[in-house]
Amino acid sequence: MGAVQIKEVRPAVTRGGGPWRRLFSQEGPTAVVLLLPSLIVVFGIIIYPLLKTLYTSFFAVDSAFPGHYPFVGLGNYAHVLRTGEFWDAVGHTAYFTVLTTFLEVFFGLLIGLLLNTDLKGRWLFRSIVILPWALPTIVNGAMWRWIFNADYGALNALLTQLHIIPHYRAWLGDPWTALNMVAVADIWKNTPLAAFFILAALQTIPGDLCEAARVDGAGRLRSFFSITLPLLMPTIVIILVLRTMEAFKVFDIIYVMTGGGPANGTETVAYYTYVEAFSNQLFGEGAALAYIIAIFILFFAIIYMRMLQRGEVEY
Amino acid sequence: MGEKSMRRGTYTRGEFLGLGVAGAAILAGCGGGQSGSKGGGTTTLNALFMQQAAYSSDNVNSMTKAFEKQNPGIKVNPTFVAYEALHDKIITAAPAGSYDVVLMDVIWPAEFATKKIVAKTTGRIPPGERSKILGGALQAVGYKGDYYGFPWILDTKYFYYNEDMLRRAGVKRAPATWDEVVAAAKAVKSKGIIKYPLVWSWAQAEALICDYTQLLGAFGGRFFDGSGNPAFNTGGGLAALKFMKMTLDEGLTNPSSITSIEDDVRKVVSQGQAAMALNWTYMFALANDPKQSRVAGKIKIAHTPRGPGGAPGVNGSMGLAITRGSQNQDAAWRYIQFIASQKIQDRYAKLSLPVWKSSYDKKQVIDALPQVVPVAKKQLNNMILRPQVASYNDFSHELQVQIQLALKGKKSPEQALDDAARTTASILKSS
Repeated sequence: MGAVQIKEVRPAVTRGGGPWRRLFSQEGPTAVVLLLPSLIVVFGIIIYPLLKTLYTSFFAVDSAFPGHYPFVGLGNYAHVLRTGEFWDAVGHTAYFTVLTTFLEVFFGLLIGLLLNTDLKGRWLFRSIVILPWALPTIVNGAMWRWIFNADYGALNALLTQLHIIPHYRAWLGDPWTALNMVAVADIWKNTPLAAFFILAALQTIPGDLCEAARVDGAGRLRSFFSITLPLLMPTIVIILVLRTMEAFKVFDIIYVMTGGGPANGTETVAYYTYVEAFSNQLFGEGAALAYIIAIFILFFAIIYMRMLQRGEVEY
Repeated sequence: MGEKSMRRGTYTRGEFLGLGVAGAAILAGCGGGQSGSKGGGTTTLNALFMQQAAYSSDNVNSMTKAFEKQNPGIKVNPTFVAYEALHDKIITAAPAGSYDVVLMDVIWPAEFATKKIVAKTTGRIPPGERSKILGGALQAVGYKGDYYGFPWILDTKYFYYNEDMLRRAGVKRAPATWDEVVAAAKAVKSKGIIKYPLVWSWAQAEALICDYTQLLGAFGGRFFDGSGNPAFNTGGGLAALKFMKMTLDEGLTNPSSITSIEDDVRKVVSQGQAAMALNWTYMFALANDPKQSRVAGKIKIAHTPRGPGGAPGVNGSMGLAITRGSQNQDAAWRYIQFIASQKIQDRYAKLSLPVWKSSYDKKQVIDALPQVVPVAKKQLNNMILRPQVASYNDFSHELQVQIQLALKGKKSPEQALDDAARTTASILKSS
């Protein structure tokens, strides 16, 4: 059957066709019509905005209206990279990304392992655990803003009634604490995603592997670190990739919970970009910032892709 | 579609092309629904308002219904967003022309006029009418001698106090100076009535600049000197920040102030967790409403306290502007004229006082807020403006951050304001 296929494909290639030639051959118009909707969508919502943003980043655009703006070359990029506020935002973002991604994977692993055991009412736990992830980020942010409220928040009530803290605190009132509190809200929301990825991976691990290890005299810890964890690595890397990129772009939870404050303590690069572009109407600088963020994320993506390639597993 | 091809479950090439064209037509159809479409003799106006302080959305909706009843040819769709989202929404919607009428804060005319977002309305407001409106309200739509819209909300921050708490602390009358406020706060605190007598809107937001401006005025400061250079880092501007920091350090100000905007202040006061606060007019009715307040009837209003530089209130007025992209400028103006008319404003005075001078002597308005109107009559004549510059948001953001750094003790007040002044100078130079 393979030979037949080759025979059919060959002539098209030897005719010196290639994709363009084929496009205009007999099936051409049909192919064009079939591809058109997706081409329009891809070009309209991905390629055009990408190119337009790149173009904008080279001009001193200071209004939302189309028009002629002075060309500044790489001036916007240079200006951004010289701004202290930008590097502060990079610092906050990096800290937020590392903290949330690490803890989400860590708690995700614990919850995943728990949900994989023969608990009674396991289905109930599995459904409850997914709830935070199903919540829109805006709602999640608003909810945690209330929980952390300095005057009548639930966290203050809980901690004072348990005599852990002597009096109410403004959890979002100090730059450093606020950044950590926003991270808590993000971890609460995104840990279920990690847990479910890990649960799915755990269910693909053949039970006889662990059994064989037990027969060989390995304890629970030993078989976890020598068998389960290595087999989970590819999944963990995927979670890392997804969460790092999402965390690096974090915007909405900051917008709802702190507005970047206090004293810019929770300002991330995406939030800074928003403020520059839409509040200050420095669209050129905003576009440059967007590209700088994209380069950062590309950098992470390349590292992770290499990790993924190395981490292939065979049972 | 051919019966034969249907039966086979496949399509000929020609039928496919037909489907593609139909699909494209549907896609093109999605782009419709432009604002201000004139169908069947009706004009549709889209208007953008805010969801907090001043008129409530119920107020605006019923004003709008009254307008539509009087103008059967015009339909109005009001949209409400949080104040914090209003500016950015106006800007991003401007190129698409999504809104015909937008609510514009007193700090935006410079930016919106320079960037051609709103239309000039100087010719639409006859000089005779201007003289009937309070000066502070007109400033909300004025820039370089022209007008961009029509004043609608006239507001400033008043001094609110919990009469019961002050009385229990032995304070007989409303504090009239900031020194008296501090003394009263100390008395309330030392009697153990509440932990933090003062609450402010000092979150990293425009609300912080409003409070700071009012204090800057009281301490005799100014934002810029005669030649346009930043001057808030000296004299009254510096004294104002030092005062703010002192009240925090002495435990008189609630530390939650640093995360609060005006509505948070209202809630804390309404919960009976503060004895004194600055806030807009709207708090009076809501903090004294038994449905929303635990201290209803105890919250009194007074003129903002005096400092060495006097007792000006921050100008917190807002106007209604027509966007330049609006296809229905005349209808939009007619709507603005209706909801900003003296008749309508007098009727809805409970949450926002009218911009019209003579309203303050009318029984209908006085009856709506009998305790507020006498105070407003005085304080509305003495207001201080925040800087009227095109890059206001950039300036304000920088000042917010530096003030918060000082309040959190990360920088000295001198250092923070010097840094803010330096950045402000470069922002103004580059714009």
